[in-house]
Amino acid sequence: MKVEQISVFLENKAGRLAEVTRVLGEAGVNIRALSLADTTDFGILRLIVDNYALAREVLKSKGFTVGKTEVVAIEVPDRPGGLASVLDILAKAGINVEYMYAFVQHSGKNAVIIFRFDNLDEAIALLQQAGIHIYKGEEVYKL
Amino acid sequence: MIFDIASETLPREELEALQLRRLQALVERVYHLVPFYRRRLDEAGVKPEDVRSLGDLERLPFTTKQDIRDNYPFGLFAVPMEQIVRIHASSGTTGKPTPVAYTQRDLNTWSDLMARTLSACGVHRGDIVHIAYGYGLFTGGLGFHYGVERLGAAVIPVSGGQTRRQVMLIQDFGPTVLCCTPSFALYLAEVAQEMGVDFKNTKLRVGIFGAEPWSEAMRSEIEARLHLDALDIYGLSEIIGPGVAVECIEAKHGLHLFEDHFLPEIIDPVTLKPLPPGELGELVITTLTKEAFPLLRYRTRDITAIDYAPCICGRTLARIRRIQGRSDDMLIIRGVNVFPSQIESVLMEIPGVAPHYQLIVDRQGALDTLEVAVEVDEATFSDEVKGLQALARRIESRIKDYLSVSVTVRLVEPRSIPRSEGKAQRVVDKRKLSA
Repeated sequence: MKVEQISVFLENKAGRLAEVTRVLGEAGVNIRALSLADTTDFGILRLIVDNYALAREVLKSKGFTVGKTEVVAIEVPDRPGGLASVLDILAKAGINVEYMYAFVQHSGKNAVIIFRFDNLDEAIALLQQAGIHIYKGEEVYKL
Repeated sequence: MIFDIASETLPREELEALQLRRLQALVERVYHLVPFYRRRLDEAGVKPEDVRSLGDLERLPFTTKQDIRDNYPFGLFAVPMEQIVRIHASSGTTGKPTPVAYTQRDLNTWSDLMARTLSACGVHRGDIVHIAYGYGLFTGGLGFHYGVERLGAAVIPVSGGQTRRQVMLIQDFGPTVLCCTPSFALYLAEVAQEMGVDFKNTKLRVGIFGAEPWSEAMRSEIEARLHLDALDIYGLSEIIGPGVAVECIEAKHGLHLFEDHFLPEIIDPVTLKPLPPGELGELVITTLTKEAFPLLRYRTRDITAIDYAPCICGRTLARIRRIQGRSDDMLIIRGVNVFPSQIESVLMEIPGVAPHYQLIVDRQGALDTLEVAVEVDEATFSDEVKGLQALARRIESRIKDYLSVSVTVRLVEPRSIPRSEGKAQRVVDKRKLSA
């Protein structure tokens, strides 16, 4: 139920993001989803890719600091209040969303959103009980 | 064990009387034998007979590395060449080496002081001493060598290099004592690991490490990886070489300075005024007994503090703190003296923080700012902004606690700070650029 996300430390200077995407592109790694958290000094690029191991290897070989985080990919109805219905379930259980970002691609008529929770396993159990669709890793890498 | 009980446990009063007698003889000698000192003393308006107490030391002129360079090569030697039996030299950072000389009596003194040093580290007859300091113009190898022979232990004069072979010799010859730089000790541990050799299975018991500044964190690492007691030794070729000061194995807390031969002072490197015991400043040494190459109030540029408290080992000799940095790379940030090596030792104590850093000094308005660039590696990386910001704040507060100076930590990518090849550029002072 968990998805492997690769994160990359980036200094705030021109060309670093381009370098990451170029390295991945040359290695034939396809980016499925991404988000960039930024501060005045640095940024953290978070990526879901079709080949985690290869992405990690090529980025490390180019000297990037990379990390691995487990996240959850959730199917959210693409209509007003769709996201709110999912977040309500978590809020009631006191689960914190550390960060979230949307997939570029839709799955059918629903949106796919990546979540990082402070309590991942509890969140998964809750959402499954509520009948919300959580994607398996393999599904997400191929979306 | 104390090698020279009489000299190393002299009551302070007797020690000071001895120091004064030797200081008076020294000033008398250099005034008459070395034109440079005569000129300097005349300029300072001091005659040899004006030295009546140790307090008069303050009236004598300083000697610097530049003075030695200006008198290159042999202008500061105080005896004719017929009496000189050895010449060493330290590598100069600006091309020419700094030559130093010894009479036979100087070599005897040096051997005695190194025997004292080894003894303080728990080395005795029957020990086998592996010397991996370089032999040659550098004083490290031969300085230790003569000391081991004087003590009566067995010496293996390996010198530097050929690391794998050194690991083999440590296994096969079974040395009990290792002498080298602390960084080479760690490198030996790495190579041994690659070779599948565990230092637990060697006979090494004691390591005497010096010739470069190191930290308590590094001591813990060396002791854990090499399975020995790691002790700090201090010396510099201008003064005599190794054998100026050393930790005792009993306390491992400060380096006993052989005050009967070297008269220490701690001064403020800016005002040049003496500082009280316990305060950090620049170590200044007057050689009391050297014949060939005596030095009056030599500014070592090394930063330390002196402690006259008695030691559990029984020596009455004052102790200097582990060298904290160099006064020539000292930064003054909002009135606080900061040495890059102090920042380094704070960084080394934070798990996962790589020892690669750069200090950027700037001035915003009237206020100095100090930024510390630290590389983020996998051990410290977090994919959450708050995680990385917490790391930066943690480093900032540690530095503030230790050095009483506020800094801003900037996290940078690995390998973005230039690597040290010889002298690393640890400090970028933008105040000088814009002034």
